[in-house]
Amino acid sequence: MTQVTVKHLWKEYGGQVVLENVNLQVNDHEFVTIVGASGCGKTTFLKMLLGVETPSRGEFLIDGSALPGEPGPDRGIVFQRYSLFPHLTVLENLLIGLELRGAPWLGRLFGARRRLALDKALPLLEAIGLKAAADKFPAQLSGGMQQRLSIAQSVICEPKILLLDEPFGALDPGITADMHRLILELWNTHKMTIFMVTHDLKESFELGTRLLVFDKVRIDPQSPEAFGATITYNIPLKGHRRG
Amino acid sequence: MRRLVNQRPGRGGTVALSCLPFILIVCAYLFYSHARLQENPGDKLLPAPATIAATIHEYAFEEDERSGNYLWWTDTGASLVRLLTALGISAATGLLLGLSIGVIPYLRATLAPFVAAVSLIPPLAVLPILFIVAGLGELAKVILIIIGVAPIIVRDLALRVGELPTEQIIKAQTLGASTWQLAMRVVLPQLWPRLIDALRLTLGSAWLFLIAAEAIASTEGLGYRIFLVRRYLAMDVILPYVAWITLLAFGMDWMLRLLRSKVFAWAEAR
Repeated sequence: MTQVTVKHLWKEYGGQVVLENVNLQVNDHEFVTIVGASGCGKTTFLKMLLGVETPSRGEFLIDGSALPGEPGPDRGIVFQRYSLFPHLTVLENLLIGLELRGAPWLGRLFGARRRLALDKALPLLEAIGLKAAADKFPAQLSGGMQQRLSIAQSVICEPKILLLDEPFGALDPGITADMHRLILELWNTHKMTIFMVTHDLKESFELGTRLLVFDKVRIDPQSPEAFGATITYNIPLKGHRRG
Repeated sequence: MRRLVNQRPGRGGTVALSCLPFILIVCAYLFYSHARLQENPGDKLLPAPATIAATIHEYAFEEDERSGNYLWWTDTGASLVRLLTALGISAATGLLLGLSIGVIPYLRATLAPFVAAVSLIPPLAVLPILFIVAGLGELAKVILIIIGVAPIIVRDLALRVGELPTEQIIKAQTLGASTWQLAMRVVLPQLWPRLIDALRLTLGSAWLFLIAAEAIASTEGLGYRIFLVRRYLAMDVILPYVAWITLLAFGMDWMLRLLRSKVFAWAEAR
C-alpha cells in the first residue's frame, strides 16, 4: 500500500513562488497524470517527489512519513532522455538495478545469483520487445526502444512509485500507442502508483485514474512571480485498472 | 562543379594527400643539403642522407667505445622508462582525484580550486626546486612530468564527470546505487575513454618536460643526447633523434587511440 499525501505545500526560489498551497491525496495503485502550461510547476512537483527538490513549506508524505531529501529505490523515474547508461548493453542496463541491490561493493552479480537476476530480467526484456537487441548499446537503439528500456529498468526494481517526466514527449506519434499499452500493462502487473507529467491532454485522459491540472489562480501583472501555481482541477477518471 | 566544401578525396587520394607534405619536406631537405655540400663539403648543418645513415648505424648497432652501450637504445630505454612511469602515475592520480572531485561535492569544494592553482604553476619554473629537493636523479625528472601533466588530467576528468547528464546520476540513485556504487559502476566506466583522450592530449607536454629535464641534468636519454651533441653541431645525430622521438610519440598516440576504439566500443558508437 502506498499513499501520497500533500498538505499546504509551497515552493519558492528566492522571491519567486512556483507552487502555492498544493493539497493532494493519492491512493495506492493510482495512475496520476499531470498537465499544465509550461513553467507552472509540474516538473518542480515531480522533482520534489523524486527528492532532488525540497518543499519550502508544507508537508509531502509517503505512507505518513516525510520524503527523504534524496532519490531512492522506492521511487523510480523515467526522464524524457538520457536516463540510460551508455556504457552498458541493453541487458546490462536492465540488470544493473538488481546488481546494485544484490552486491553493495562490486555492484555485480555472479554465478547462481546472476542467473536468478537473469530469470527476472529476461521475461521483462521479452515483454518490452528488446530480446534481439540484448547486446546492443543504448546509442544503437531508436528513441522508442530507449524509452521502453528505461521504463523496464525502473520497473524491475519494483518501486512503490514510478515517476514519468514527459516520457513519450520526444517520440514519434506512431509509437506512443505501443508505449501506452506497455506502461498500462506494467502498471497493472506491478501494482505501483504512477505519476506522469505530460503535455498531451488526450494521453492524460486516456491513461490516468486521476488527472491533475496545475495552473495559476492569481496573477499580478505588476509582479508575475508573486503568486505560484496550484492544482486547479483534480479529476477522478475511469482509467484502465484491473483487479 | 560542386562547391569545394563538398568535394572529398577517395581512399587512395586521402593516403596520397596525407603523404604529400612529408614527401615535400624530404625533397626540400635533399635539395638544400646537396646544394650546401656542393659549396662546402665540410658543412654540418644539413648532412647528407648517407652521413645520417652511418650515424644511425653507429648509434643503434655499434657499441659505444667509452661506455660499451648501444647509445640509441639505452637513450630510448631511459627516456621511455621516465616518461611511462610519469604518465602511469599521472593517469592513476588523475583518475582517482578526478573521479572523487567530480562525484563528491565536499571534495570538489576542498580540492578543485587547489588543483586549479597547482595546474597553473609553470612546471619548468619549479624544476630548480625539484633538483634541490629531489636531487639530480630519476625522481626529479619523473616528478617534473607529473607536475606538468597530472593536474591537467585531474581537472579534465573532474569536468567530464560534471558533463554526465544529471538524469543518469539520479536514475542510478533510484535504482538503489550508493555513492560508492555510483562512482564504480556509472561514473568510472565512462571516465576510462576520457582518460585515454586526456593522456593523448598531454602526451606532447609530457615529452616537452622530459626533454627539458634531461637536457639540464642527466647522463643518458634522448633529450640528454640531443643537447650533448649540440656542442659539436652534430645535426647528423640531432635530426634522426628528433625523428625518432616524433615516431615514438606518434606510436603512443596511435596505440592509445586503438585501445580506445577496441576496448570502449560504446564510446565510439555515439
